[in-house]
Amino acid sequence: MSAPLLQVNDLKKHFPVRGGLFSRKSNWVYAVDGVSFEVERGETLSLVGESGCGKSTVGRAILRLFDITAGQVVLDGQRIDDLSPGGLRSMRRRVQVVFQDPFSSLNPRMRVRDILAEPIRNFGLAKSAAELDAKVAALVDTVRLPRDALGRRPHEFSGGQRQRIGIARALAAEPELIVCDEAVSALDVSVKAQIVNLLQDLQREFGLALLFISHDLAVVEHMTHRVAVMYLGKIVEMAGRQQIFTAPRHPYTKALLSAVPVPEPGAIRNPIILKGDVPSPINPPSGCRFHTRCPFVFDRCRTEEPELRSTEDGQWVACHLKALPEAPGPAH
Amino acid sequence: MALLEVDNLQTHFRTPEGINRAVDGVSFHVDEGETLAIVGESGCGKSVTSMSLMRLIAEPPGRIAGSIRFQGKELLQLSEREMRAIRGNDISMIFQEPMTSLNPVLTVGRQIGETLRMHQGLDKQGAEARAIEMLTLVGIPEPVRRVREYPHQLSGGMRQRVMIAMALACNPKLLIADEPTTALDVTIQAQILQLMLGLKRRVGAAIVLITHDLGVVAEIAERVMVMYAGRKVEEAPVTELFRSPRHPYTQGLLGAVPKLGSSLTGAARRLAEIPGQVPSLKGRIEGCVFAGRCSLATDLCRQVAPGLEEKGPRHIAACHYARKEAAAA
Ligand SMILES: Nc1ncnc2c1ncn2[C@@H]1O[C@H](COP(=O)(O)OP(=O)(O)OP(=O)(O)O)[C@@H](O)[C@H]1O
Ligand SMILES: Nc1ncnc2c1ncn2[C@@H]1O[C@H](COP(=O)(O)OP(=O)(O)OP(=O)(O)O)[C@@H](O)[C@H]1O
Ligand code: SF4
Ligand code: SF4
Ligand SMILES: [Mg+2]
Ligand SMILES: [Mg+2]
Repeated sequence: MSAPLLQVNDLKKHFPVRGGLFSRKSNWVYAVDGVSFEVERGETLSLVGESGCGKSTVGRAILRLFDITAGQVVLDGQRIDDLSPGGLRSMRRRVQVVFQDPFSSLNPRMRVRDILAEPIRNFGLAKSAAELDAKVAALVDTVRLPRDALGRRPHEFSGGQRQRIGIARALAAEPELIVCDEAVSALDVSVKAQIVNLLQDLQREFGLALLFISHDLAVVEHMTHRVAVMYLGKIVEMAGRQQIFTAPRHPYTKALLSAVPVPEPGAIRNPIILKGDVPSPINPPSGCRFHTRCPFVFDRCRTEEPELRSTEDGQWVACHLKALPEAPGPAH
Repeated sequence: MALLEVDNLQTHFRTPEGINRAVDGVSFHVDEGETLAIVGESGCGKSVTSMSLMRLIAEPPGRIAGSIRFQGKELLQLSEREMRAIRGNDISMIFQEPMTSLNPVLTVGRQIGETLRMHQGLDKQGAEARAIEMLTLVGIPEPVRRVREYPHQLSGGMRQRVMIAMALACNPKLLIADEPTTALDVTIQAQILQLMLGLKRRVGAAIVLITHDLGVVAEIAERVMVMYAGRKVEEAPVTELFRSPRHPYTQGLLGAVPKLGSSLTGAARRLAEIPGQVPSLKGRIEGCVFAGRCSLATDLCRQVAPGLEEKGPRHIAACHYARKEAAAA
């Protein structure tokens, strides 16, 4: 078997922050703190987890938008985390991103036509001006924007339309891997379905791989192959789609899934309410990072960090418990 | 008297290719203490409607017509100075894209504090203390440190929560929340929705909630207004709308909602789409705005625009063929 398209090995990214009010010593935000995973050609790996747990930072590290603190990012067998700017150029075409914040990633002075033509031109993907125009026109159709969008600038669009411009720009480079950071979160269910279905088609046709960062768990369940659940800079569970959604092993995954609102007024749900403050990535808790909020916490969790270990059926879990109890103990 | 009454709102943009009728004759009201959800396809005019309520549309190229009465006052006749006293204080808004409304060169504490100093007359220390309190309420860890950070140092969801903190800081009477939880995981989302409901209980605030997440609508809205191509096409109490949607667009929308549980049925599947595309908003649309995509469309639909008609208790829809009584299940 050939190497996976993307391999991330023990990735760490720590950001410096100012110390406390009166301290001159600087501190670190342990945004991503030892994350490893692989993405195969034609595969979708979804990255889910609490706001601020480090998902976008993982995405940006893969794109080399900053230098990483430690670890390796390997694309198609070649390390890219230590590439020179020259070497980065070809990798830039192969890996594209749809940013979480579409507006700030689009140049406000450029018209959509030029935003989409830029990558095609830069990477020499069109042989003639006519081919360039045709490709640009096909892209706006693909993301369901009207043709008259080509002459307009980003501020003249709705939030979801801007998100689609970002998606079209990523597709323009004909990449092998797209990091989709909340790429469809501003879209209504129907346009969202069109875009997600399109990504799946490209996957089948060209082996496009996706790193799909999303808070929309229902969409993730519909379209992903595998899921990695992050909590405070680490992966706490990673498994196939069906395993994660029908038999989650980690208490955080279980709580997360239980909190998804149901599109049915008055529906009876039983969300597991996580008590306690959300800990900070500047001072992560000792032992298991989830221990301050875990309904199943016991002594060992407070001192000893559980490793991410694989179970017999290929599910990766970082928890001291062998199996999840049905309900939290009476202590809570 | 309703807290907010919008009558025949028309917000149009002049563009080189013609007039874009982003919002084209929309009327609705919101009572004190009520939550009205606005749903509809991307680009149908939800954000433009809410920006119009705040008078935040650049004129030109935009132009707002119609009437917007807040506590009986006609907002479209107020001067910009009078409007500034209302914005952020009586009416506040959570914007769809945090990065565009947060100032990149000011710390988040300064930005939350500024509103408080302007409207509530707090001093510097008081404003910072209140900013820290607000960041705590929206679930941002280590608020004392975060209050001194800049927007780019925060995650997407934290930025969204900073904006929510800013919008809630002055206890507004009307909160307009445009996709307030898209960048949040479901647990923090639940916490934020509780905060919004808390504002309602504490000061009797009304909420206009714009969202694509029908799970959130089901959870906290009392009434729902459905928009399509710049018009209102249906409106009903939330349970009624989910149980018996009358407009074919609403039916398609509800039918396409992805739900948890799809992995039980095996391999990954395609998500349901509503075929076709929204019509261009340039130029007048003859007949029903949904006719180009509606499987029930007839010549009548293509020629005569259906008006909003009563289809049930407090339930209106704009469709020639929507049945009046509940469909026999
Ligand atoms: N440039 C930066 N400087 C300092 N800290 C940063 C920077 N970028 C991110 N962080 C911090 O790193 C942590 C992880 O942020 P990240 O954006 O990766 O979260 P996320 O999982 O994408 O969250 P969300 O779901 O809210 O988008 C946060 O605590 C954030 O404040
Ligand atoms: N400044 C502007 N100039 C021209 N057209 C505009 C401008 N702002 C918005 N529009 C157009 O108005 C229409 C409605 O936009 P609006 O932002 O209200 O959509 P929306 O319903 O909020 O969609 P989304 O769900 O994608 O956020 C869109 O077709 C958009 O292109
Ligand atoms: S190791 Fe302990 S605290 Fe951590 S998730 Fe498992 S039971 Fe909970
Ligand atoms: S009026 Fe006609 S075209 Fe319009 S929604 Fe009703 S049936 Fe469809
Ligand atoms: Mg993020
Ligand atoms: Mg919008």
